[in-house]
Amino acid sequence: MTRRPAWPRKAMDAAVKVVSALAAALGLGFLAWILFVVLRHGAAALNWTFLTSLPSAPGSSGGGLGNAIVGTALMTLLACALGVPVGLLAGVYLAEYGRGTRFATTVRFLANVMMGIPSIIIGLFVYAILVLPTGHFSGWAGGVALALLVLPVVARTTEDMLAMVPNALRESALALGSPHWRATVQILFRACRAGLLTGVLLAVARVSGETAPLLFTALNSPYWPRSLDGPTANLTVTIFNYAMSPYPAWQQAAWGASFIIAIGVLALTVVTRTLARERK
Amino acid sequence: MTRRAHGRAPLLAEGLFRTAALTCAAFVLLVMAGLFVVLLYRSRLSIHRFGWGFLWSTAWDPVRDNFGAASSIFGTIISTLIAMLIAVPLSFIIALFLVEVAHPRIARPVSYGIELLAAIPSIIYGMWGLFVLAPLMATYVQPEMQKVVGKLPLFSGPPMGIGVLTAGLVLALMVLPFITAVVRDVFALVPAVMKEAGYGLGATTWEVTRKVTVGYGMKGIVGGVFLGLGRAIGETMAVTFVIGNDHRIAASLFASGNSIASTLANEFTEASEPVYLSALVELGLILFVVTLVIQVLAQLWLARLARQAGTIA
Repeated sequence: MTRRPAWPRKAMDAAVKVVSALAAALGLGFLAWILFVVLRHGAAALNWTFLTSLPSAPGSSGGGLGNAIVGTALMTLLACALGVPVGLLAGVYLAEYGRGTRFATTVRFLANVMMGIPSIIIGLFVYAILVLPTGHFSGWAGGVALALLVLPVVARTTEDMLAMVPNALRESALALGSPHWRATVQILFRACRAGLLTGVLLAVARVSGETAPLLFTALNSPYWPRSLDGPTANLTVTIFNYAMSPYPAWQQAAWGASFIIAIGVLALTVVTRTLARERK
Repeated sequence: MTRRAHGRAPLLAEGLFRTAALTCAAFVLLVMAGLFVVLLYRSRLSIHRFGWGFLWSTAWDPVRDNFGAASSIFGTIISTLIAMLIAVPLSFIIALFLVEVAHPRIARPVSYGIELLAAIPSIIYGMWGLFVLAPLMATYVQPEMQKVVGKLPLFSGPPMGIGVLTAGLVLALMVLPFITAVVRDVFALVPAVMKEAGYGLGATTWEVTRKVTVGYGMKGIVGGVFLGLGRAIGETMAVTFVIGNDHRIAASLFASGNSIASTLANEFTEASEPVYLSALVELGLILFVVTLVIQVLAQLWLARLARQAGTIA
């Protein structure tokens, strides 16, 4: 019997290792490339006026996106105010009251599915239930659309975090005669506070960069948001509108807005995840 | 010591909290059901008028109120296909690097960087795709491709940069972190004993991966691919920026086209006629049903795997 030489196998192995390293480098390279482009173009567009004033007329330079920054912040806040409590309570039901029931299994399954529904479909849905009946686009509708994206994320993280709390803690609280709700809010929430906060912040980071659900709900506006009861300026739809315009000044403003969104979302993600890791 | 009064109050609070939690959980159910019902209701005009023919009609004529979904469905399928063809092998090999090849001290930051790709908002990919990638494709990549492969119909037409191919590339980059994360976790779950047995027989890293790890984790990889697929199909902004937004079915990958999501993003606020609006909502309904099916399959698949892993362990 002849022995098969080892070198083709070793060469193949080495080749695969090199290729895999190159593939990983490629992935990181794209990340660096995108960030570099956004930083370079964005930094050129940023200045104090850009952050604080209203947009300029089509084609003319100067002006800013102060209204869009305020609008995005308001709608993200609204999304949290609506989505976080509902998501939290839904998560409590899944982990505490409904554990093991068929209803809870169904809801958990649907929450997972809901996270994968394209955000533009959520926008379409909110358009049909809020914009059509009221007859106009509004910041409220935009906030609701974002809240529907926050909801399943917060519900699932809350459930996972509550499930990780040792059962002994739950049982001791209940054994002391504490009602289940008190045990949940005062003992269990406190035990997994960090995890809950991480989940909420990551959800916020995700929705604050969303565009598609705002296209037919909040629309956009060149004015300061006086109330949320009308088309509301926001950064992401502004990027879309400006990038597609033929005016270089507007395209530059789109880069400025991209800079704010990209850096804001990434910074929030990185800080949250770093904090979450340090606590472990 | 004072004792708190045992009245109805604590029971009432408990009941209220419990009901509130139940209501919020039921709300998830309500939204999912509502999504389907509302989209179906709002597309009734279009469904009534075009019937099943909507799915394969290539018409898109807002002036004569004649609409069909074929070009949007075609563009969605082709751009997703390109994305998956690139992203799946690339994710696989990056996951291999992270789990089997790299030292943990290198693997951890690299893994983190790849995950950050998922945190970049869709619209930023759109800006990069439109202003940076598309010009590069037009001046360098596409002419080179035409030179190398000749005048195949697949690569014919003027190299404009924007088009189905560029949309597929951007999509590939966007779903890469999702698939990589799943495959990486699957690789890491393969019992060390199985791998060590392979190494003990004198196999190389690649042989162990190919014959042990992949066989063991194939099912998990399929689940990850499904999740990536679901993302790619519904991705809106990045595609809208680079696909060209043209209602046509072209043989060439360089030609501009459209996807369901990009059509919605572009035309929805301009649609003034009820039938036009209804046709757009029906497009949304199609997208919703397709992603729903993919998501349900992926979740059932992954849940079954988790159960199996549970019984083994």
